[in-house]
Amino acid sequence: MSGLTGAYVPGRSPLHRLGAGAKLLALALACTALVLLGSPIALGGAAVVVVLLYAVSGVGWAAGWAQVRPVRWFAVALFAVQALSAGLPVAVTSTLRMVLAVALAGLVTLTTRTAAMMACLERCLAPARFVGLDPFRLSLMLSLTVRSVPVVSRLATQVREAQRARGVEWSVRAFAVPLLISVLRHADTLGEALRTRGVDD
Amino acid sequence: MTHDEQVPSRPQESPDHRPRRRLATGDLARISVFAALIAVLGLPGAVNLLGNAVPITLQTFGVMLAGAVLGARRGALAIAVLLVLVAAGLPLLAGGRGGLGVFTGPSAGFLIGWLPGAAVVGWIAGNGDRTPGITRLLAACLAGGIGVVYLLGVPVQAAVTGLPLAKAWALSSIFVPGDLVKAVLASVVARGVFRAYPAAGGERAAAAKGRL
Repeated sequence: MSGLTGAYVPGRSPLHRLGAGAKLLALALACTALVLLGSPIALGGAAVVVVLLYAVSGVGWAAGWAQVRPVRWFAVALFAVQALSAGLPVAVTSTLRMVLAVALAGLVTLTTRTAAMMACLERCLAPARFVGLDPFRLSLMLSLTVRSVPVVSRLATQVREAQRARGVEWSVRAFAVPLLISVLRHADTLGEALRTRGVDD
Repeated sequence: MTHDEQVPSRPQESPDHRPRRRLATGDLARISVFAALIAVLGLPGAVNLLGNAVPITLQTFGVMLAGAVLGARRGALAIAVLLVLVAAGLPLLAGGRGGLGVFTGPSAGFLIGWLPGAAVVGWIAGNGDRTPGITRLLAACLAGGIGVVYLLGVPVQAAVTGLPLAKAWALSSIFVPGDLVKAVLASVVARGVFRAYPAAGGERAAAAKGRL
Protein backbone atom coordinates (compact mmCIF):
# COMPACT_ATOMS: atom_id res chain seq x y z
CA MET A 1 0.00 0.00 0.00
CA SER A 2 2.49 2.59 -1.31
CA GLY A 3 4.83 2.67 1.65
CA LEU A 4 2.12 3.01 4.26
CA THR A 5 1.38 -0.07 6.26
CA GLY A 6 -0.79 -0.65 9.25
CA ALA A 7 0.26 -2.43 12.42
CA TYR A 8 -1.15 -5.77 11.26
CA VAL A 9 0.83 -8.80 12.42
CA PRO A 10 0.17 -11.85 10.21
CA GLY A 11 -1.00 -14.96 11.99
CA ARG A 12 -3.45 -17.86 11.99
CA SER A 13 -4.98 -17.55 15.44
CA PRO A 14 -8.78 -17.65 16.01
CA LEU A 15 -8.59 -13.88 16.52
CA HIS A 16 -7.03 -13.43 13.10
CA ARG A 17 -9.73 -15.54 11.46
CA LEU A 18 -12.62 -13.67 13.07
CA GLY A 19 -14.29 -11.12 10.77
CA ALA A 20 -13.46 -7.43 11.13
CA GLY A 21 -17.09 -6.52 11.85
CA ALA A 22 -17.37 -9.14 14.59
CA LYS A 23 -14.17 -7.88 16.21
CA LEU A 24 -15.36 -4.26 16.09
CA LEU A 25 -18.64 -5.25 17.73
CA ALA A 26 -16.82 -7.29 20.36
CA LEU A 27 -14.52 -4.34 21.05
CA ALA A 28 -17.48 -2.04 21.58
CA LEU A 29 -19.07 -4.54 23.98
CA ALA A 30 -15.78 -5.10 25.83
CA CYS A 31 -15.23 -1.37 26.31
CA THR A 32 -18.76 -1.02 27.67
CA ALA A 33 -18.07 -3.89 30.06
CA LEU A 34 -14.86 -2.18 31.21
CA VAL A 35 -16.83 0.94 32.11
CA LEU A 36 -19.34 -1.13 34.06
CA LEU A 37 -16.69 -3.01 36.07
CA GLY A 38 -16.16 -1.06 39.26
CA SER A 39 -13.79 -2.88 41.59
CA PRO A 40 -10.02 -3.33 41.29
CA ILE A 41 -10.49 -7.11 41.52
CA ALA A 42 -12.95 -7.21 38.61
CA LEU A 43 -10.59 -5.11 36.50
CA GLY A 44 -7.70 -7.32 37.53
CA GLY A 45 -9.71 -10.22 36.13
CA ALA A 46 -10.28 -8.25 32.94
CA ALA A 47 -6.54 -7.63 32.72
CA VAL A 48 -5.91 -11.39 32.92
CA VAL A 49 -8.44 -11.92 30.12
CA VAL A 50 -6.72 -9.31 27.95
CA VAL A 51 -3.30 -10.88 28.56
CA LEU A 52 -4.74 -14.30 27.65
CA LEU A 53 -6.24 -12.87 24.45
CA TYR A 54 -2.84 -11.47 23.50
CA ALA A 55 -1.27 -14.85 24.21
CA VAL A 56 -3.86 -16.62 22.04
CA SER A 57 -3.38 -14.14 19.19
CA GLY A 58 0.37 -14.74 19.08
CA VAL A 59 1.15 -11.19 17.94
CA GLY A 60 4.03 -10.93 20.39
CA TRP A 61 4.46 -8.75 23.44
CA ALA A 62 6.52 -6.11 21.62
CA ALA A 63 3.64 -5.44 19.23
CA GLY A 64 1.26 -5.21 22.18
CA TRP A 65 3.52 -2.76 24.01
CA ALA A 66 3.74 -0.60 20.87
CA GLN A 67 -0.05 -0.20 21.04
CA VAL A 68 -0.12 0.83 24.71
CA ARG A 69 3.12 2.86 24.65
CA PRO A 70 1.55 6.18 23.50
CA VAL A 71 -0.57 6.38 26.67
CA ARG A 72 2.14 5.30 29.14
CA TRP A 73 2.87 8.76 30.56
CA PHE A 74 -0.78 9.59 30.70
CA ALA A 75 -1.38 6.37 32.65
CA VAL A 76 1.34 7.29 35.16
CA ALA A 77 -0.04 10.80 35.61
CA LEU A 78 -3.61 9.55 35.90
CA PHE A 79 -2.57 7.02 38.53
CA ALA A 80 -0.74 9.69 40.54
CA VAL A 81 -3.56 12.22 40.39
CA GLN A 82 -6.23 9.66 41.29
CA ALA A 83 -4.14 8.07 44.05
CA LEU A 84 -3.62 11.45 45.70
CA SER A 85 -7.16 12.74 45.33
CA ALA A 86 -9.43 9.68 45.34
CA GLY A 87 -7.42 6.90 46.92
CA LEU A 88 -5.57 3.83 45.69
CA PRO A 89 -8.55 1.62 44.62
CA VAL A 90 -9.96 4.33 42.35
CA ALA A 91 -6.50 5.00 40.94
CA VAL A 92 -6.01 1.30 40.10
CA THR A 93 -9.49 0.98 38.57
CA SER A 94 -9.38 4.05 36.34
CA THR A 95 -5.82 3.49 35.15
CA LEU A 96 -6.41 -0.19 34.39
CA ARG A 97 -9.67 0.60 32.63
CA MET A 98 -8.00 3.06 30.30
CA VAL A 99 -4.95 0.92 29.56
CA LEU A 100 -7.07 -2.19 28.95
CA ALA A 101 -9.38 -0.35 26.54
CA VAL A 102 -6.37 0.84 24.54
CA ALA A 103 -4.80 -2.63 24.63
CA LEU A 104 -8.00 -4.32 23.42
CA ALA A 105 -8.47 -1.85 20.58
CA GLY A 106 -4.83 -2.38 19.69
CA LEU A 107 -5.38 -6.12 19.60
CA VAL A 108 -8.17 -5.70 17.04
CA THR A 109 -5.85 -3.52 14.93
CA LEU A 110 -2.98 -6.01 15.24
CA THR A 111 -5.06 -9.01 14.15
CA THR A 112 -7.03 -7.39 11.32
CA ARG A 113 -5.64 -6.59 7.89
CA THR A 114 -5.87 -2.89 7.02
CA ALA A 115 -7.74 -3.73 3.83
CA ALA A 116 -10.28 -5.89 5.69
CA MET A 117 -10.87 -3.19 8.29
CA MET A 118 -11.25 -0.57 5.59
CA ALA A 119 -13.77 -2.71 3.73
CA CYS A 120 -15.73 -3.16 6.95
CA LEU A 121 -15.69 0.57 7.73
CA GLU A 122 -16.79 1.33 4.18
CA ARG A 123 -19.78 -0.95 4.68
CA CYS A 124 -20.56 0.80 7.97
CA LEU A 125 -20.42 4.14 6.14
CA ALA A 126 -22.85 3.05 3.41
CA PRO A 127 -25.53 5.47 4.75
CA ALA A 128 -23.22 8.29 3.60
CA ARG A 129 -24.81 7.92 0.18
CA PHE A 130 -27.61 10.10 1.48
CA VAL A 131 -25.20 13.05 1.64
CA GLY A 132 -24.00 12.46 -1.90
CA LEU A 133 -21.28 9.90 -1.22
CA ASP A 134 -21.91 6.61 -2.92
CA PRO A 135 -19.70 3.64 -1.91
CA PHE A 136 -17.59 3.97 -5.06
CA ARG A 137 -16.72 7.60 -4.34
CA LEU A 138 -16.05 6.80 -0.70
CA SER A 139 -13.54 4.07 -1.46
CA LEU A 140 -11.99 6.16 -4.22
CA MET A 141 -11.52 8.97 -1.72
CA LEU A 142 -9.93 6.65 0.85
CA SER A 143 -7.44 5.20 -1.62
CA LEU A 144 -6.69 8.64 -3.11
CA THR A 145 -5.82 9.86 0.38
CA VAL A 146 -3.44 6.97 1.01
CA ARG A 147 -1.84 7.63 -2.36
CA SER A 148 -1.59 11.38 -1.66
CA VAL A 149 0.35 11.09 1.58
CA PRO A 150 3.74 10.51 -0.11
CA VAL A 151 2.91 13.16 -2.74
CA VAL A 152 2.07 15.82 -0.14
CA SER A 153 5.09 14.77 1.89
CA ARG A 154 7.29 15.39 -1.14
CA LEU A 155 5.66 18.79 -1.70
CA ALA A 156 6.37 19.66 1.94
CA THR A 157 10.04 18.73 1.54
CA GLN A 158 10.31 20.90 -1.56
CA VAL A 159 8.79 23.87 0.26
CA ARG A 160 11.16 23.29 3.18
CA GLU A 161 14.14 23.41 0.83
CA ALA A 162 12.86 26.56 -0.87
CA GLN A 163 12.41 28.10 2.57
CA ARG A 164 15.99 27.30 3.50
CA ALA A 165 17.19 28.82 0.25
CA ARG A 166 15.22 31.98 0.95
CA GLY A 167 16.62 32.20 4.48
CA VAL A 168 13.17 32.19 6.13
CA GLU A 169 13.52 28.82 7.77
CA TRP A 170 11.54 29.66 10.88
CA SER A 171 8.58 31.40 9.31
CA VAL A 172 5.43 29.27 9.50
CA ARG A 173 3.83 31.54 6.94
CA ALA A 174 6.63 30.98 4.43
CA PHE A 175 6.11 27.25 4.90
CA ALA A 176 2.35 26.86 5.05
CA VAL A 177 1.17 29.29 2.37
CA PRO A 178 3.28 27.82 -0.48
CA LEU A 179 2.55 24.31 0.77
CA LEU A 180 -1.20 24.89 0.81
CA ILE A 181 -1.14 26.45 -2.63
CA SER A 182 0.83 23.58 -4.14
CA VAL A 183 -1.48 21.14 -2.36
CA LEU A 184 -4.58 22.85 -3.76
CA ARG A 185 -3.00 22.97 -7.21
CA HIS A 186 -2.20 19.28 -7.02
CA ALA A 187 -5.76 18.52 -5.90
CA ASP A 188 -7.28 20.54 -8.72
CA THR A 189 -5.06 18.79 -11.28
CA LEU A 190 -6.05 15.47 -9.77
CA GLY A 191 -9.71 16.46 -10.06
CA GLU A 192 -9.22 17.32 -13.73
CA ALA A 193 -7.51 13.98 -14.32
CA LEU A 194 -10.37 12.10 -12.64
CA ARG A 195 -12.92 14.04 -14.66
CA THR A 196 -11.22 13.25 -17.98
CA ARG A 197 -11.25 9.59 -17.00
CA GLY A 198 -14.99 9.72 -16.56
CA VAL A 199 -15.35 9.71 -12.77
CA ASP A 200 -17.77 12.60 -12.99
CA ASP A 201 -20.64 10.58 -14.52
CA MET B 1 -2.81 2.12 -20.78
CA THR B 2 -4.08 3.19 -24.16
CA HIS B 3 -7.63 3.34 -22.84
CA ASP B 4 -6.80 6.58 -21.12
CA GLU B 5 -6.23 8.28 -24.44
CA GLN B 6 -9.81 7.71 -25.58
CA VAL B 7 -11.85 10.86 -25.73
CA PRO B 8 -14.87 10.59 -23.43
CA SER B 9 -17.91 10.16 -25.64
CA ARG B 10 -20.10 12.24 -23.37
CA PRO B 11 -19.74 16.03 -23.61
CA GLN B 12 -18.64 17.87 -20.46
CA GLU B 13 -21.67 18.47 -18.33
CA SER B 14 -22.21 21.93 -16.97
CA PRO B 15 -22.26 22.16 -13.17
CA ASP B 16 -25.94 23.10 -13.09
CA HIS B 17 -27.02 19.79 -14.53
CA ARG B 18 -25.48 17.68 -11.80
CA PRO B 19 -27.68 16.29 -9.06
CA ARG B 20 -27.71 18.78 -6.21
CA ARG B 21 -26.39 16.62 -3.40
CA ARG B 22 -23.73 14.87 -5.44
CA LEU B 23 -20.15 15.37 -4.33
CA ALA B 24 -18.29 16.80 -7.33
CA THR B 25 -15.11 15.13 -8.49
CA GLY B 26 -13.02 18.27 -7.89
CA ASP B 27 -14.27 18.31 -4.30
CA LEU B 28 -13.41 14.64 -3.94
CA ALA B 29 -9.82 15.30 -4.97
CA ARG B 30 -9.49 18.30 -2.65
CA ILE B 31 -10.90 16.36 0.30
CA SER B 32 -8.47 13.47 -0.25
CA VAL B 33 -5.41 15.65 -0.70
CA PHE B 34 -6.28 17.75 2.36
CA ALA B 35 -6.75 14.64 4.47
CA ALA B 36 -3.27 13.60 3.32
CA LEU B 37 -1.96 17.08 4.19
CA ILE B 38 -3.20 16.77 7.77
CA ALA B 39 -1.44 13.40 8.00
CA VAL B 40 1.79 14.91 6.65
CA LEU B 41 1.63 17.77 9.16
CA GLY B 42 1.92 15.13 11.89
CA LEU B 43 5.09 13.64 10.43
CA PRO B 44 7.78 15.82 12.08
CA GLY B 45 6.86 14.13 15.32
CA ALA B 46 4.79 15.02 18.28
CA VAL B 47 5.94 16.76 21.41
CA ASN B 48 4.38 14.96 24.33
CA LEU B 49 3.97 17.08 27.42
CA LEU B 50 4.56 14.89 30.41
CA GLY B 51 1.30 14.10 32.07
CA ASN B 52 -1.00 14.36 29.11
CA ALA B 53 -1.39 11.96 26.23
CA VAL B 54 -2.73 14.60 23.87
CA PRO B 55 0.37 15.53 21.89
CA ILE B 56 1.17 18.99 20.56
CA THR B 57 1.29 18.74 16.80
CA LEU B 58 0.70 20.79 13.71
CA GLN B 59 -2.26 18.55 12.95
CA THR B 60 -4.80 20.78 14.69
CA PHE B 61 -3.39 23.59 12.57
CA GLY B 62 -4.23 21.44 9.54
CA VAL B 63 -7.74 20.85 10.86
CA MET B 64 -8.37 24.59 11.12
CA LEU B 65 -6.97 25.13 7.61
CA ALA B 66 -9.14 22.34 6.20
CA GLY B 67 -12.25 24.06 7.55
CA ALA B 68 -11.17 27.54 6.48
CA VAL B 69 -10.04 26.66 2.96
CA LEU B 70 -12.38 23.79 2.03
CA GLY B 71 -15.52 25.01 3.77
CA ALA B 72 -17.73 23.29 6.32
CA ARG B 73 -18.92 20.19 4.47
CA ARG B 74 -15.73 19.33 2.62
CA GLY B 75 -13.54 20.22 5.58
CA ALA B 76 -15.45 17.84 7.82
CA LEU B 77 -15.33 15.16 5.12
CA ALA B 78 -11.54 15.49 4.93
CA ILE B 79 -11.36 14.84 8.68
CA ALA B 80 -13.77 11.92 8.34
CA VAL B 81 -11.62 10.32 5.63
CA LEU B 82 -8.51 10.74 7.78
CA LEU B 83 -10.20 9.23 10.84
CA VAL B 84 -11.52 6.24 8.87
CA LEU B 85 -8.00 5.49 7.64
CA VAL B 86 -6.65 5.85 11.17
CA ALA B 87 -9.34 3.49 12.46
CA ALA B 88 -8.38 1.02 9.74
CA GLY B 89 -4.90 0.91 11.28
CA LEU B 90 -2.79 3.33 9.23
CA PRO B 91 -0.30 5.34 11.31
CA LEU B 92 -1.44 8.76 10.08
CA LEU B 93 -1.63 10.63 13.39
CA ALA B 94 1.27 12.55 14.86
CA GLY B 95 4.10 10.36 16.06
CA GLY B 96 2.94 7.50 13.85
CA ARG B 97 -0.10 6.76 15.98
CA GLY B 98 -3.00 4.91 14.45
CA GLY B 99 -5.33 1.98 14.87
CA LEU B 100 -8.42 1.65 16.99
CA GLY B 101 -6.49 2.34 20.18
CA VAL B 102 -6.60 6.09 19.64
CA PHE B 103 -10.41 5.92 19.68
CA THR B 104 -10.53 4.23 23.08
CA GLY B 105 -7.67 6.25 24.56
CA PRO B 106 -7.74 9.54 26.49
CA SER B 107 -7.48 11.77 23.42
CA ALA B 108 -10.37 10.13 21.55
CA GLY B 109 -12.73 13.05 22.13
CA PHE B 110 -10.25 15.53 20.71
CA LEU B 111 -9.95 13.47 17.54
CA ILE B 112 -13.70 13.12 17.14
CA GLY B 113 -13.95 16.83 17.94
CA TRP B 114 -11.92 17.63 14.83
CA LEU B 115 -14.97 16.65 12.78
CA PRO B 116 -17.48 19.25 14.05
CA GLY B 117 -14.50 21.54 14.70
CA ALA B 118 -13.54 21.76 11.02
CA ALA B 119 -17.22 22.12 10.11
CA VAL B 120 -17.66 25.09 12.47
CA VAL B 121 -14.44 26.72 11.20
CA GLY B 122 -15.75 26.41 7.65
CA TRP B 123 -19.22 27.55 8.59
CA ILE B 124 -18.05 30.73 10.28
CA ALA B 125 -15.35 31.47 7.71
CA GLY B 126 -17.65 30.92 4.76
CA ASN B 127 -20.71 32.56 6.24
CA GLY B 128 -20.14 35.98 4.71
CA ASP B 129 -18.36 37.52 1.77
CA ARG B 130 -16.51 35.31 -0.68
CA THR B 131 -13.04 35.63 0.77
CA PRO B 132 -13.25 36.02 4.53
CA GLY B 133 -11.20 38.71 6.26
CA ILE B 134 -8.60 38.03 8.90
CA THR B 135 -10.97 38.78 11.81
CA ARG B 136 -13.59 36.36 10.59
CA LEU B 137 -10.95 33.69 9.97
CA LEU B 138 -9.50 34.15 13.44
CA ALA B 139 -12.95 33.95 15.02
CA ALA B 140 -13.62 30.78 13.03
CA CYS B 141 -10.36 29.10 14.07
CA LEU B 142 -10.87 30.03 17.73
CA ALA B 143 -14.48 28.86 17.89
CA GLY B 144 -14.18 25.74 15.74
CA GLY B 145 -10.56 24.72 16.06
CA ILE B 146 -10.32 25.30 19.80
CA GLY B 147 -13.80 25.79 21.28
CA VAL B 148 -15.59 22.88 19.67
CA VAL B 149 -12.60 20.51 19.91
CA TYR B 150 -12.10 21.10 23.64
CA LEU B 151 -15.85 21.01 24.32
CA LEU B 152 -15.85 17.44 23.01
CA GLY B 153 -12.36 16.39 23.98
CA VAL B 154 -12.31 17.27 27.65
CA PRO B 155 -15.58 15.58 28.71
CA VAL B 156 -14.63 12.44 26.80
CA GLN B 157 -11.22 12.43 28.48
CA ALA B 158 -12.92 12.80 31.85
CA ALA B 159 -15.25 9.90 31.00
CA VAL B 160 -12.47 7.62 29.73
CA THR B 161 -10.19 8.25 32.70
CA GLY B 162 -12.74 8.71 35.47
CA LEU B 163 -11.19 12.05 36.38
CA PRO B 164 -13.49 14.81 37.65
CA LEU B 165 -14.37 17.25 34.86
CA ALA B 166 -12.58 20.15 36.56
CA LYS B 167 -9.33 18.17 36.75
CA ALA B 168 -9.61 17.16 33.12
CA TRP B 169 -10.04 20.82 32.17
CA ALA B 170 -6.99 21.72 34.23
CA LEU B 171 -4.92 18.97 32.55
CA SER B 172 -5.96 20.08 29.08
CA SER B 173 -5.46 23.78 29.72
CA ILE B 174 -1.68 23.37 29.18
CA PHE B 175 -2.45 23.01 25.50
CA VAL B 176 -4.53 26.17 25.16
CA PRO B 177 -1.61 28.60 24.64
CA GLY B 178 -0.16 26.43 21.87
CA ASP B 179 -3.55 26.10 20.24
CA LEU B 180 -4.09 29.87 20.40
CA VAL B 181 -0.83 30.36 18.52
CA LYS B 182 -1.94 27.76 15.98
CA ALA B 183 -5.31 29.50 15.52
CA VAL B 184 -3.59 32.84 14.82
CA LEU B 185 -1.16 31.18 12.39
CA ALA B 186 -3.95 29.25 10.66
CA SER B 187 -5.98 32.41 10.04
CA VAL B 188 -2.93 34.33 8.75
CA VAL B 189 -2.03 31.42 6.47
CA ALA B 190 -5.60 30.95 5.22
CA ARG B 191 -5.76 34.66 4.40
CA GLY B 192 -2.48 34.36 2.51
CA VAL B 193 -3.78 31.38 0.56
CA PHE B 194 -6.99 33.17 -0.45
CA ARG B 195 -4.90 36.12 -1.63
CA ALA B 196 -2.28 34.15 -3.56
CA TYR B 197 -4.55 31.50 -5.06
CA PRO B 198 -7.93 33.01 -5.87
CA ALA B 199 -9.21 29.63 -7.08
CA ALA B 200 -9.14 28.53 -3.44
CA GLY B 201 -12.06 30.81 -2.68
CA GLY B 202 -13.47 31.02 -6.19
CA GLU B 203 -14.40 27.40 -6.50
CA ARG B 204 -15.78 27.48 -3.03
CA ALA B 205 -18.06 30.36 -3.93
CA ALA B 206 -19.20 28.34 -6.92
CA ALA B 207 -19.76 25.34 -4.70
CA ALA B 208 -21.79 27.42 -2.27
CA LYS B 209 -24.08 28.49 -5.07
CA GLY B 210 -24.39 25.14 -6.78
CA ARG B 211 -23.95 22.06 -4.69
CA LEU B 212 -23.20 22.77 -1.08
